Amino acid sequence: MNTPSIVLHDLTAGYGRHPAIHHLHATIPCGALLAVAGPNGAGKSTLLKVLAGELKPMTGHVSLPAPCRQRLAYLTQQPTWSLDFPVDVHDAIAMGCWPWLGPWRAFDEAAHRRVADAIAAVKLQGFEHRPLESLSGGQLQRVRFAQIIVQDARLILLDEPFNALDETTEEEFLTLIHRWHEEGRTVIAVLHDLARVRRYFPLTLLLARELVAFGPTEQVLCAEYLDRARRHAEAFDEHAAPCPLPVDEEKDEVAP
Amino acid sequence: MTLPELITPFADYDFMRRALAGASMLTLGATPVGVFLMLRRMSLMADAMSHAVLPGVAAAYFFSGLSLGAMTLGGLTAGVLVAIATGWAARHSVLFEDTAMGTFQILSLTAGILLMTAHGRPVDVLQLLFGSILAIDRDTLTLIALVASATLVLLALGWRILVLECFDAPFLRRYSPRLSALAHYGFLVLVVLNLVAAFHAIGTLLAISVLILPAATARLWVNGLGKALVLAAGCGILGSYLGLVASFRWDLPAGPAIALALALPYLCSLFLAPHGFLRRRRPRKQHLEN
Repeated sequence: MNTPSIVLHDLTAGYGRHPAIHHLHATIPCGALLAVAGPNGAGKSTLLKVLAGELKPMTGHVSLPAPCRQRLAYLTQQPTWSLDFPVDVHDAIAMGCWPWLGPWRAFDEAAHRRVADAIAAVKLQGFEHRPLESLSGGQLQRVRFAQIIVQDARLILLDEPFNALDETTEEEFLTLIHRWHEEGRTVIAVLHDLARVRRYFPLTLLLARELVAFGPTEQVLCAEYLDRARRHAEAFDEHAAPCPLPVDEEKDEVAP
Repeated sequence: MTLPELITPFADYDFMRRALAGASMLTLGATPVGVFLMLRRMSLMADAMSHAVLPGVAAAYFFSGLSLGAMTLGGLTAGVLVAIATGWAARHSVLFEDTAMGTFQILSLTAGILLMTAHGRPVDVLQLLFGSILAIDRDTLTLIALVASATLVLLALGWRILVLECFDAPFLRRYSPRLSALAHYGFLVLVVLNLVAAFHAIGTLLAISVLILPAATARLWVNGLGKALVLAAGCGILGSYLGLVASFRWDLPAGPAIALALALPYLCSLFLAPHGFLRRRRPRKQHLEN
């Protein structure tokens, strides 16, 4: 039996008329621990937005297995939270129970335990009743990680998750990410620090608006591919001719 | 002001008791909506929507006179239409929502005033603009009670959805896109319903005051959402009561007197409250060791 996979087929996505990623093909096995690397403006965050369903592809499509689609957690680069909303750390993390509790199910003992465990996992005990606006950047990132834990997702998307974190906290979160991987969850993280990618991530997808390489990290992050990625990013032409709309091979129709 | 002056108007006069009941019920429903409006940074939008109610009310007045049912229906229709038109203009043009809202506010106000002055007596026009809470009848009281009850029940039912929509809308959209849309548009309908109820009590120009002023006052004093809702409702009821007393004592128009009684605590809180101007500037004397 084939392992279920996340399939990117001829994926082009972007903003307005400007694609940020071009004609991307990749098959990511479920349960993978994948780093998405590439220079600034390579389309890494755009790829995560498409996977999270927040950006529709211009052409091509993304196919997510049902468990990944239904149980997906997404840590955006910048918090989407309204930080001046009068809510404390505990309640912000508890909102991660939404996939389980929905609008009306009672916040029961199991939910309380789940939140308490997440708070302990990110070492925020004692901060439960602090308002969010009083937290430092690093503490806020801990709260966001705790909410991801509470969601208990099968597919976890992390967009530059180590911003504003010191080295110790970064190590703690990398340990947490590895635990998610061991539990069989799929983790896809956008990262800039190639040393960390080499050390912790077995798979890497190297982007420079188009796919440069995808596979085992030690093969992808070689000098040749990294140089190619850099050259692709530098060669970007704002006034390039329009890309012809491709014909979708499977559906045999022009993609919208 | 003496104690009897605070009580006798309501003990002696039926119209004062009705006014107090109407204003209290109105604030019970409107203040939680106001708190959420403020937290969603939609206060100005609600102000614009309160003017959007005017042409519908004026059109109803044009055809049916001061009929409660016609004016309510007209106000609701106009409010919802302007909300939709604003959203449409913002999404399908280069204009941002505030510009679209501002332009529709001016259009609504202009259309409303033209319609009212075309066929109205000055007294009626004043009643539409500033309300007539002292002349409130049983039907209007019933309408306000229904709106307040519906608001409280719907807020209780949709509490978790609305809080999540305010706090992290993209998260709710990702997991429950339909509920997210329902929360957004359902909330707008609640805003319009409360603005129409407030219009009957204190007129279109001041309707927004019962939604926003108690909410802003409460936010300056407390942090938690639950506390803010309770304090806002308390401020709203107390302000309505004191406004009516002042109106009776000094022969002031009741609508503006209530709005003023809601505004004064807000202005004081702006300076004195923990999240106000002066307290934020004052350095703390003590701090904990850890």
